[in-house]
Amino acid sequence: MKQKSLRITVVMSAAIFMWISGVGMAADYRPAMLANPCAGCHGTDGASPGSIPSIKGLPSSYLVSAMKAFKADKRKGTVMNRIAKGYTDEEIELMAKHFSSAK
Amino acid sequence: MNTIDRRHFLKWLGTASALSAFGIPSLAFPKSGARIVVVGGGFGGATCAKYLKRFDSSLSVTLISDTKKFITCPFSNAVLGGMKKMDFITHGYEKLSSVHGVKVVHDTVTTVDSSAKKIRTAGGKSFSYDRLVLSPGIGFQWDAIEGYNEAASESMPHSWHGGSQTVLLRKQLEAMPNGGLVIIAPPGNPFRCPPGPYERASLIAHYLKKNKPRSKILILDAKDKFSKQPLFQDAWDEFYPDLIEWVPGSQGGKLDRVDAKNMTVYASGDKHKADVVNIIPPQKAASIAFSAGLTNKKGWCPVNQKTFESTVKPGIHVIGDASIAGKMPKSGFAASSQGKVCAAEIVAGLRGESVGISSWVNTCYSLVAPDYGISVAAVYRLTDKGIMPVKGAGGVGKRDAPLQQRRMEAVYAEGWYKAITADMFG
Ligand SMILES: Cc1cc2nc3c(=O)[nH]c(=O)nc-3n(C[C@H](O)[C@H](O)[C@H](O)COP(=O)(O)OP(=O)(O)OC[C@H]3O[C@@H](n4cnc5c(N)ncnc54)[C@H](O)[C@@H]3O)c2cc1C
Ligand code: HEC
Repeated sequence: MKQKSLRITVVMSAAIFMWISGVGMAADYRPAMLANPCAGCHGTDGASPGSIPSIKGLPSSYLVSAMKAFKADKRKGTVMNRIAKGYTDEEIELMAKHFSSAK
Repeated sequence: MNTIDRRHFLKWLGTASALSAFGIPSLAFPKSGARIVVVGGGFGGATCAKYLKRFDSSLSVTLISDTKKFITCPFSNAVLGGMKKMDFITHGYEKLSSVHGVKVVHDTVTTVDSSAKKIRTAGGKSFSYDRLVLSPGIGFQWDAIEGYNEAASESMPHSWHGGSQTVLLRKQLEAMPNGGLVIIAPPGNPFRCPPGPYERASLIAHYLKKNKPRSKILILDAKDKFSKQPLFQDAWDEFYPDLIEWVPGSQGGKLDRVDAKNMTVYASGDKHKADVVNIIPPQKAASIAFSAGLTNKKGWCPVNQKTFESTVKPGIHVIGDASIAGKMPKSGFAASSQGKVCAAEIVAGLRGESVGISSWVNTCYSLVAPDYGISVAAVYRLTDKGIMPVKGAGGVGKRDAPLQQRRMEAVYAEGWYKAITADMFG
């Protein structure tokens, strides 16, 4: 317990320091790098202008379970089963957070 | 910080950067203000320019497009088949400038001076850059087929650029008699849009079946196999059994020469006189890639497979059809996906950061009929063998898929088109 809260404090203060100073902290590009190609079908940030479903702003848990279901062929789709198999579960979670928090 | 697991730190960071309480939109600092010039306002270039601004609004991004409107190749086959009009495939750059702050210049880049980091245009302007991105698309190897040059393409259109060539081929199809012959001659690999010629044959067949049912399409192919072949051929047997004949390269498909004046094609010793001839010539990177000295012996641009920076000239990135991108096909979806990766790499590079992961997607939908679609998809990663498709993912749809699936894919093909063009220009 003690160990954990210490870690959090260290991380928080490091992040805040680097944010304030504006240098030093590398942004995490991974969620965007993984999620951006999805926009080719689902629209920018997942907001679809056409017949493919919008995924922007959907709850992260829903997006994760949908992707995992496609990946395991538990949900039928035309193309998503083939696409979902290209990602690890961790990557699916990163993308889900990205789309659920998109503004 | 040494007790902190890096994975957890990054995970936490991912959440934190999404929290508006911190006011840190992802990838929003530090600002660099660098000057990026993007040449070519098509699938790769327009996407890259927009995503550069999305990643870092402080960048000065100039997009140079040689046309006022961009007319896409995707869905131009639907125009040929009479299902869509030209305005459906025509797009403007207004929102790129008004919404995203990209400076859009309509001009043709004539010179790239990589040592002075400057480009010049036909209109007499010059632009200095910190980073240059080229997404100029393809050019044609005019001499590769005897008798087929730019002048010949006015009577035997290639229609492999969207625009006047699309209109010309459509007019010829409208004017041809019932019972006429259409020849389509696809090139060997690699070329822009591997399933494109076969989608074209399908949608022209759809038009002829309805309007000129005694006509015929002869595909004289330089190759012995093609993209999504079993799915195309199954559908041809079903919809256009006596309308489309495909002749592989080793069985008479290879062209010897063409005679554009007499609308005659000579292939493997046979003479074919036709009413409409669509020659899709062998291709190479667009001319600006050659004059900038970015091409290899085969006529394409070798690039670093992570950053898309030219391996010949530093400071210049090449994306889209002109580049050699591992196992990725030359498609609009691929070019767009590369545009985003290239944008992130440029932004990260200017900040001395690393993007951490390289991931691309491609999907090519093809319509075989207005309500019958098929697709091929892949997710790509950077490996020690270059850009490779993820094993176990992607591939073509199942051969025995129910008709309902084909109907849905036709609907989603248009959904894809709306999404990707909005992602480029919206
Ligand atoms: C019939 C057909 C159907 C297709 N269907 C699909 C499909 O369904 N899905 C798919 O993903 N892909 C499809 N494609 C492929 C797609 O069109 C290309 O892969 C895509 O356009 C490549 O993008 P790019 O940015 O490399 O080039 P382009 O999109 O061609 O953009 C290049 C732009 O740069 C301009 N330019 C060139 N030189 C200069 C210069 N010196 N100065 C200023 N501007 C310059 C060009 O005029 C052009 O506007 C199809 C292609 C064809 C021919
Ligand atoms: C080629 C187009 C295409 C691409 C690329 C694509 N999708 Fe999809 N997506 C679809 C279609 C079509 C559906 C509807 C299900 C189906 O037919 O496969 C869908 C459905 C979904 C759903 C379910 C939505 C719901 O309302 O239940 C999620 C979640 C999703 N996609 C996430 C993603 C993510 C994440 C990516 C990027 C890794 C992605 N998609 C890339 C076309 C695409």
